[in-house]
Amino acid sequence: MIDIRHLTKRYGRTLAVDDLSFTVKPGHVTAFLGPNGAGKSTTMRLMLGLDWPTHGEALIDGERYERLRHPLHRVGAMLEARSMHGGRTGYHHLLWMAQSNRLPKARVNRVVEMVGLQDAAHRRVSGYSLGMTQRLGIAAALLGDPPVLLLDEPVNGLDPEGIVWIRHLLKDLAAEGRTVFVSSHFMAETALTAQHLIVIGRGRLLADTTVAELAGQAGSLEEAFIRLTAGGPR
Amino acid sequence: MTSILLSEWTKIRTVRSTVWTLLPTLLFSPAIAFLAGRSFSDSLAGRPRDFDPLFATFYSLTLGQLGVAVFGVLVIGSEHSTGAIRSALMAVPQRGKLYLAKVCAIILVMLGISAVTAVATFFAAQAGLGPHKVTLGADGVPEALIGAVLYLTMICLLATGLTATLRSSIAALVILLPLLFLGGAGLGNIPQIKDFAQYLPDQAGMVILHLTVPDHPQFGRDYGPWTGLGIMALWTLAALLGGLFTLRRRDAVH
Ligand SMILES: Nc1ncnc2c1ncn2[C@@H]1O[C@H](COP(=O)(O)OP(=O)(O)O)[C@@H](O)[C@H]1O
Ligand SMILES: [Mg+2]
Repeated sequence: MIDIRHLTKRYGRTLAVDDLSFTVKPGHVTAFLGPNGAGKSTTMRLMLGLDWPTHGEALIDGERYERLRHPLHRVGAMLEARSMHGGRTGYHHLLWMAQSNRLPKARVNRVVEMVGLQDAAHRRVSGYSLGMTQRLGIAAALLGDPPVLLLDEPVNGLDPEGIVWIRHLLKDLAAEGRTVFVSSHFMAETALTAQHLIVIGRGRLLADTTVAELAGQAGSLEEAFIRLTAGGPR
Repeated sequence: MTSILLSEWTKIRTVRSTVWTLLPTLLFSPAIAFLAGRSFSDSLAGRPRDFDPLFATFYSLTLGQLGVAVFGVLVIGSEHSTGAIRSALMAVPQRGKLYLAKVCAIILVMLGISAVTAVATFFAAQAGLGPHKVTLGADGVPEALIGAVLYLTMICLLATGLTATLRSSIAALVILLPLLFLGGAGLGNIPQIKDFAQYLPDQAGMVILHLTVPDHPQFGRDYGPWTGLGIMALWTLAALLGGLFTLRRRDAVH
């Protein structure tokens, strides 16, 4: 369960996130939608304690991320921005992360298999394709077998086969009772995996609804999304 | 804390390009020390012994320290430039703890590297000095060896702290490399600026390495060997605290 309360983030003159409040519940995939620049990645970074909010807070199971001990057991996350050293092998990237949270080596091998990186795990990350980097990021998120998953644009850079793979993975993870929160700027892709939708534009909440409800209102999801976010990106 | 320390150790040893920067220190310090010992020995042949063999012994560290400084910069600077810092903060969101673990891991690595460098440099120099050599147990030698280990370790930590403070490898190198180059060339001996320059971190650390001449009006210092290391330690601590301050205060991404 994720609780966002009056979350606000200002970067100089840009108000990236503007008084955002919503909750994300376990058991299904919740999509976090909005055009580019809407504030999705910023919200994710605030949830993970990477950036400090200007106002408000983001709670994960009632606690701020910065207060979690061994957080990889509680939350798995993948950011949009690159967050690994290219000079390290994928395996070593996962290994140091696992060690920092007292996770066994066996877990590293397990997630490498889960994302299908066996062949590349012992090669340096700088040689990875975008899709392989995404898979490594997902492996890192799954490392602690966490009940909460936050993924920022995980479909980016994946080939069609990868996209289908991740769709199934997310659904399976949610079906196991996890909280799965996935951002995207593609409505069509989202509709295939998510049940719940949080839509934002210019940092503000535009809709907190289900896919079925939104589709019912406007005839098509795409149309509903465009109507909601009218005004376009900044 | 031990788990985070282990993880930081893994981080250090698994980036080959960073580890390589220590190789020049390990190889060139003894190699240059041998040559320096040789040339001192030649130039002293037949003359009375009023020189300090430890000066010839540790002079090469003024070059060897450059590799250590670059290592200290890269080990933290590359986390910022590659974005790996974001993964680190996700794994260990308690920033002070993460930073402390990294600093401890660096200290452990550097104590090892510095000890090997110092001992190898000592023996290489004595081999070069031939008849003018000193033994391991001679007056001032154990002190200078310990000093060399602490000196190199602190140069590394100074680099790490400065890089963490500035969040930029380039900015840190732009400050450090000229400082250390000029320091090795005798910045602290220039009369016009000596009052100030002798208190620069590397200059202060050089007394215990016998790279200054006690009581000499130009090459002497206003403080002793251990006070010198203390001055260096204060600089190092300030740099490390600056890094902690930056890490705790700022967003992980700009
Ligand atoms: N670190 C930052 N510094 C300054 N502005 C930022 C920063 N991060 C994001 N922004 C701005 O905040 C807004 C939201 O960006 P972002 O969260 O990346 O949106 P999204 O992920 O929905 O595309 C944009 O206008 C972006 O330029
Ligand atoms: Mg984004």
